[in-house]
Amino acid sequence: MAVTLPDAHSEHLLRELAPQVLGAMIRRFRDFAAVEDAVQEALIAATVQWPREGVSDNPRGWLIQVASRRMTDHLRSEAARRRRETAAVRECIAIDSEPEQDDTLILLFMCCHSALTPSSAIALTLRAMGGLTTAEIANAFLVPEATMAQRISRSKQSIKASGVPFRLPTDQERAERLRAVLHVLYLIFNEGYTSSVGPQLQRLELSREAIRLTRMVHSLLPDDGEVAGLLALMLLTDARRAARTGADGELIPLTKQDRTLWDRKEIAEGIALVSAALSKGSIGAYQLQAAIAAVHDEAARAEDTDWPQILALYDLLKRMSDNPMVTLNHAVAAAMVHGPSAGLELLTALDADGRLTGHHRLDAVRAHLLEMAGDHQAAIAHYQTAASRATSLPERNYLITQAARLREQPS
Amino acid sequence: MKYILMMNCPKTGYDTFGAWPKKDIQAHIAFMHGFNKALREEGVLVYAEGLADPKQAKLVRAGKDGVPITDGVFPEAKEYLAGYWIVDVEGPEQAYAIAARASAAPGPGGAPANIPIEVRQVMSAAPAEWQ
Repeated sequence: MAVTLPDAHSEHLLRELAPQVLGAMIRRFRDFAAVEDAVQEALIAATVQWPREGVSDNPRGWLIQVASRRMTDHLRSEAARRRRETAAVRECIAIDSEPEQDDTLILLFMCCHSALTPSSAIALTLRAMGGLTTAEIANAFLVPEATMAQRISRSKQSIKASGVPFRLPTDQERAERLRAVLHVLYLIFNEGYTSSVGPQLQRLELSREAIRLTRMVHSLLPDDGEVAGLLALMLLTDARRAARTGADGELIPLTKQDRTLWDRKEIAEGIALVSAALSKGSIGAYQLQAAIAAVHDEAARAEDTDWPQILALYDLLKRMSDNPMVTLNHAVAAAMVHGPSAGLELLTALDADGRLTGHHRLDAVRAHLLEMAGDHQAAIAHYQTAASRATSLPERNYLITQAARLREQPS
Repeated sequence: MKYILMMNCPKTGYDTFGAWPKKDIQAHIAFMHGFNKALREEGVLVYAEGLADPKQAKLVRAGKDGVPITDGVFPEAKEYLAGYWIVDVEGPEQAYAIAARASAAPGPGGAPANIPIEVRQVMSAAPAEWQ
């Protein structure tokens, strides 16, 4: 939508309606790429017409009608060329009124389908769900617009080629498909949750869009604890954004952040969401991660952090998911409660596990715990190894600074 | 994640290339054009550039008051960057596969030149939360 929108209300309405209209159109016409062009034209028509003539009483129906007309025109000219007019046009005359919620959700399930690689699913979701233009997505990921446009177009082709039907997943596949959707939304949020890399505004857009989409899924599936958990996790993490980096983009660890900069409104909403979800009983990994984030956010000072509670939550999380990153954070929590040697012992299990071998986080956590234990020489060595393995510039800078700090500290 | 794929050559590399038969030079250039186009269409190309002849290279240092001091003397064994690609891919294996395609660019007689490509990750990953 590279157009100037009349006002915030209209823009908000169009963003909400875009995926519904796109979903309804795909249901009807099946051709993702052609349908998207028609929907874009309808959205542009709306931005021109609505400010002049007022918003239609049924904006969604209006957009579908305009998009369908464009699509019919498109099919007619295509069909004339290919001598298949009758069949193609007949298929698209009837305009029904399917439940719009389903269409939005089905579209999201499609965009996050496992036939796509993570980066393709991310790009397609951002584009199809109405939030960002191709140029904005390209900017956020620091790739040229042409490359991003190709990535999105290939994603649509993959979806078409995979033959995924346009309907909600069956009960058997539902849990797994929803997990894939939540994972894509989580990845989008994480990409955006780094104000120190890339143009800040565009990155911020990614987090906002992830939160907007997760909020939307939550309103469509209010009883799903994991959807609520993910939304809470995003809000509770996003709340610390302003405190997370310094003036030059340097990372500020949780313990050193200026907590007065944390967003109290987001924290309150996140805590309410995760508390409600947990009280319903079906506990999942996102809810537990949100609960851990909530415990951090509730502490007015770092030293007030309720580490025993965090440790208990990591115990639960570890039982639920076989993720070495969870074990790593569990080790930190164990060190905070029982002392550094308890944490270092847990790291030994990770060495044997092998999945984090060569990963900078394993060295970084070991360095941190060795420093806690007073073994500065070993801590320096591990901070340096971690720095040499880092793939993020702010993290690398943070780690070499830690090593330098210890070297210059009188022991 | 992003990777830079660097194609290096000796100082005389450009002369060697220039001395190939015309059809081999043309085949190599056509390959590079097609390769870059393919990477763009695959949705992975961030940036690609070829660099001018290393004989034009200068070493620059700041002199007094930051005035540049240029110097053309390089160690004999030095390899020069001839060109590079930056790609945005799912992981290292995909970067290596793309590097292998570049390495197989046609050389004299149209056979794969097997040019060594140095693959390095760009430090553009998102930083994690630190406690």
